[in-house]
Amino acid sequence: MSVPRLSIRGLKKAFGPKVVLDGVDLDVAVGESLVIIGGSGTGKSVLLKCILGLIHPDSGSIKLDGQELVGLKGKALEQARARFGMLFQGGALFDSLPVWRNVTFALTQGKLGAGAAMHKIAVENLAKVGLEPRVADLRPSELSGGMQKRVALARAIAANPEILFFDEPTTGLDPIRADTINALIRQQVSAMGATALTITHDMASARHIADRIAMLHGGRILWDGPVSQLDSSGNAFVDQFVHGRSEGPITAGANG
Amino acid sequence: MVLADTLFRPLIVLGSFALSLLAGIGRLAMFAGRAVRAMLTPPWYPARLFEQMALIGWFSLPVVGMTALFTGAALAQQIYVGGQRFSAESTVPAVTVIAMVRELGPVLAGLMVAGRVSSAIAAELATMRVTEQLDAMVTLRTDPWRYLIAPRIIAATLMMPVLVGVANIVGILGGYLLAVYRLDFNGSTYLATTMRYLEADDIVSSLVKAAVFGFLLALAGCYHGYRSGGGAAGVGRATTNSVVTAFILILMFNLAITVAVFGG
Repeated sequence: MSVPRLSIRGLKKAFGPKVVLDGVDLDVAVGESLVIIGGSGTGKSVLLKCILGLIHPDSGSIKLDGQELVGLKGKALEQARARFGMLFQGGALFDSLPVWRNVTFALTQGKLGAGAAMHKIAVENLAKVGLEPRVADLRPSELSGGMQKRVALARAIAANPEILFFDEPTTGLDPIRADTINALIRQQVSAMGATALTITHDMASARHIADRIAMLHGGRILWDGPVSQLDSSGNAFVDQFVHGRSEGPITAGANG
Repeated sequence: MVLADTLFRPLIVLGSFALSLLAGIGRLAMFAGRAVRAMLTPPWYPARLFEQMALIGWFSLPVVGMTALFTGAALAQQIYVGGQRFSAESTVPAVTVIAMVRELGPVLAGLMVAGRVSSAIAAELATMRVTEQLDAMVTLRTDPWRYLIAPRIIAATLMMPVLVGVANIVGILGGYLLAVYRLDFNGSTYLATTMRYLEADDIVSSLVKAAVFGFLLALAGCYHGYRSGGGAAGVGRATTNSVVTAFILILMFNLAITVAVFGG
């Protein structure tokens, strides 16, 4: 059996007395698009930030192609991050920079120079997400929410990462724009042959993006399987969440 | 039991306050240490540095200049009126220049720039924290300590001596204008007396204070902005706390430098 691109074992994280991740086990295969679903406050973002090295887990293991990421520092961590692309929930575009500098930030690491070449690369990547060249010279504050998400997606893919992470990619967007973003994500992940890990509670988005879905609840992965089996999971938690029912094993206050 | 609780309550409150104060000082010192390390090690971002130098230096000139001009003039008036009580009106130029250069120039410029710059730095970094821009920067393999914090602290440390130099000159000019045009001092005598009483130590201590204040006010802004959290309210808290911290640090270090240089 081939080594998973990403392998998580026994991952735990607590903030004071609040246990957020309580032994997460998860594998993501090369080229697979995995979507993690779960209610608000179930630790989806914390899990993602642990993988990205933004939060240090209390215990457990995160392996990238068999290489341990937990505890990685300096150049080794930089090299691992060079393989990542991340789309943040709100876009997280840098207000102080024009769009084209945002899109090429992973290539320049904030350094100036090679302006014309970088502008050209930015325009190419903006075209991939359906944005016109004129957008390159705008400031993030001049863009609508949907355009900001597209620019953030262009930034995430600009350095051709092997693994893409998406944090609630459709939050705050109307259904039409959300569908456009979903289509773009699916299209770009396929075009790049990248592995993708998305966290969302938007089921339409999950069905659109995923090859496989995992449900996080109570700090653990309760179920995971192909997207085709989502409606016949046989798991009461998954059924309740997928169908958005207020009655079931998940209580409204369960996650704070 | 209730009596013991009542008796010890003030001590508990005092102890808890002292502990949190010490913890805060420790955190700030550790933050400063990490910031200095980021300032001294590559990669450096000269374009960010020049941008911050313009934002902190150039755009603070009007507020610093206005403050110094009015303070210098008011100071000359006060020294003149106070001096009349013991027939020492002629000390106006000497006392004005010493007070401006040694104390009022650096302290007032420090406080004014702190109000303007510390709050702006804190608000910007806190907003970046809340909107995940700082996390995004890390995932894009750029160290926020080197890209955001180091240029701001270096720029403030370099620009504050320039601003204080301007404040000193404009403050002395304010005193001169008031003394010559309102108090009927002779202009050339006023300037000659000013130059006679101005010593190299005064200028050096003034500029050293300025550099230290620049470091401190940018540090306070970066510290509260970078460590903020809690949404819009957190941004507001970071902004307020940065100004309060910068003011306290400036006044404390001003006393320390004054005692060290002029304490005898």
